[in-house]
Amino acid sequence: MVNAGGARMSFDVGQELAPQIFSINRAKLVAYANASGDQNPIHQNEDFAKSVGLENVIAHGMFTMALAGRYVSDVAKGSEKVREFSARFTKPVVVPADTEVELVISAKVSSVEAGLVKIDITALCNEVKVLGMAKATFSV
Amino acid sequence: MLNPDVVGRTFVGAKEFIVSQESITAFALAIGEPNISVAPPTYSISISLAESQSLLQESGLDWTRVVHGDQRFEIHRPIVAGDKIICSSTIESVRVLAGNEIATVRSDLHAGDVLLASSWSTLVVRA
Repeated sequence: MVNAGGARMSFDVGQELAPQIFSINRAKLVAYANASGDQNPIHQNEDFAKSVGLENVIAHGMFTMALAGRYVSDVAKGSEKVREFSARFTKPVVVPADTEVELVISAKVSSVEAGLVKIDITALCNEVKVLGMAKATFSV
Repeated sequence: MLNPDVVGRTFVGAKEFIVSQESITAFALAIGEPNISVAPPTYSISISLAESQSLLQESGLDWTRVVHGDQRFEIHRPIVAGDKIICSSTIESVRVLAGNEIATVRSDLHAGDVLLASSWSTLVVRA
């Protein structure tokens, strides 16, 4: 167990961290495209997405990962504490028009050592895992 | 197909990225992050992916068929407004799996002599 400077922040191996729900819609995909510079039309244009064989517009894998990163920042009590972060993009997050799609992020502590906490992250959309092997390390 | 000669070579980006507070704020807003004093952990993708794209395109890869397979970040110091970043990119490996070409690109982001972050992007070119 690590206690950071008397703050009420402690982590134990095996501890389940409370889930957070992130809502994704088309407007948020546009905002992320503008902020990240990734203007691939499969993330904005339904006709284009379907023309390349997708079911509908899909979220940027990096947007899903960024939301998981937001979760890690919250758990770590600050973006500046995040040291490592990795994920595989296993399933697309499909975002139909006029729809709020829920992304449920949770995590479990896998290691606490030398002031560093490692967590395994689960990201679910419609109960399907959309990130694989998602892991983060942060300092406490 | 990618030219195999490019594997293992490091390409130092010619362009210096000056990180603006606006760009950090826009990225944070897009993901609902209230803290805008440092860049969110995945912010550097907005610099590195564009560099990887131009490098891979110049190396013969068809970017329109590229799918992002996985992503890893090692962050040594958070990016903040005012950082002047040079991104160097190395194609670490190229392999073919089930007819799909798979390239792993490492991006190192330096501010002066300080390595801020390294990231690895695995990009799959659909056959």
